[in-house]
Amino acid sequence: MTKWAIEAHALGCRLGARPVFSQLDLAVPRGALVGVLGPNGAGKTTLLRCLLGLARRTEGRLEVLGRDPGAVRASIGYVSQGEPPEMSLHLSAVASVAAAFQGERWGFPLHRRRERNHALEALEAAEAGALAQRPLGELSGGQRQRVRIAQALVNAPQLLLLDEPLASLDQGGQQAVLRLAKRLCLDRGITVLMSAHDLNPLLEYIDLVLYMANGQGRLGSVDDVVREDVLSALYGLPMRATRVDGRIFVHPDRGFIPELTDCCPHCEGCK
Amino acid sequence: MILGLEYAFMRHAVFAGSAIALVSAPMGYFVLLRRQAFAAHALSHVGFAGAAGAILLSLSPYLGLFAFTLASAVGLALLGSRVGERDVGIGMVLMFALGLGVLFLNLYTANAAAAIGILFGSIVGISSTQMWLSAGVALGVLVVLALIYRPLRLASLDQDAARGRGVPVGALGVVFVLLLALAVSISVPVIGALLIFSLLIGPPAAARVLARSVEGGLLLAALIGLAETWGGIAASYYIGYPASTWIAGISFLIYLLAAWGGPRLRPRAAR
Repeated sequence: MTKWAIEAHALGCRLGARPVFSQLDLAVPRGALVGVLGPNGAGKTTLLRCLLGLARRTEGRLEVLGRDPGAVRASIGYVSQGEPPEMSLHLSAVASVAAAFQGERWGFPLHRRRERNHALEALEAAEAGALAQRPLGELSGGQRQRVRIAQALVNAPQLLLLDEPLASLDQGGQQAVLRLAKRLCLDRGITVLMSAHDLNPLLEYIDLVLYMANGQGRLGSVDDVVREDVLSALYGLPMRATRVDGRIFVHPDRGFIPELTDCCPHCEGCK
Repeated sequence: MILGLEYAFMRHAVFAGSAIALVSAPMGYFVLLRRQAFAAHALSHVGFAGAAGAILLSLSPYLGLFAFTLASAVGLALLGSRVGERDVGIGMVLMFALGLGVLFLNLYTANAAAAIGILFGSIVGISSTQMWLSAGVALGVLVVLALIYRPLRLASLDQDAARGRGVPVGALGVVFVLLLALAVSISVPVIGALLIFSLLIGPPAAARVLARSVEGGLLLAALIGLAETWGGIAASYYIGYPASTWIAGISFLIYLLAAWGGPRLRPRAAR
């Protein structure tokens, strides 16, 4: 077993003709909590899909859990952006988690008790054990997010990829998800990659930050990456990282951040 | 004897009706989860056009049904997964098929009763060949559905999570619509192209409100479907009026009761 959960060298990915990112070097140790930050369209979602083997890497080298991405899918838990479909809101949390248990296998699940027990365990692990019997439609956004994380945990993953899990959560909900992610790293040795828009809620939890902008990315500790010279090189314009009361605000030296890329590949407008 | 089972036509009606109820319940439950009710509606009308065409050529209406619904199922499956785009495409296919249906009826004016039979069903006019054909196709659909059950369940609840685990979501969608085409084809001559929802959507819609797990929903939908079929045939036999009317009426009533009573049955203590 290698020391690294994710190892990439000069990794690049294209969607159609458009290069999303290139020359990405990553070395993420097992059990680390990594915040993936950057503006819209910087390639955060594409990177997560690349790690799952869903977006094809077009250049460089990439090993996930010591193997080719795609070969280790069974050990990766993935929570995409978004909400459960409207028609499933009558299902209980435990039923929706149970549906993910070995969901890639064919056939009808004959051991429903086992499926259910795994789902209950995953809900406990996601600090959502008390919600097991509640219908999804009655849960708050934060509770629903924890149920979705339980869904990703039900197959005992070694790597957890969370795409914007904090979006549309209030502060309390964000803290609960972050604490949960941290505990999964510490107690279970799971490596967690979490994309986010705002660095500040993550500051006290993450071990590493991967900052992506302008088709490039830098991985390192917050102090090594969120620096004016590094960010300026990434964005290709003079950037400032202002620290106030233990919070960090990244902004351009003057004025607004221009549209860095033409369009984000996953937003509704461009599909 | 109850239900007039001493008559062959009643035995055929009960047997074929039960087979169709049993296949419609789980298929319809997934149709709801996947928000494909419009596709199911379109397939039944496409089936009507196919049956009318077959009657015109003096062929078995089933030939036209299977040919038209399976062909358009492939077309529908290729329309993609975005509901908005999909619905436009379905509307186009539906419009074209109904145009053909009108033409076939216009060319073959001799037997209006056959057209009425396809549109509104003739559950008490089923031959033994029809009965065995319906039962065989229903069984085949159920077997395939059981084989793809787990990946289909996950893909219907969370497409991204399914893709992340390596489920061939697109191919699964094609197989599901083909199964739907088969289930619709055997239902059209029995329950009627216009009344297809009384077994395909009514029972799962009521079960969805009442059951909190997918498997519970499937089981309950099957029970409700059987009860509606038997109740409809019995009412038609003892009281009179078409069985299709009774089945649709009972379906509507059960859904209303479920939608009204379901939320009130839920234990409140968990909140």
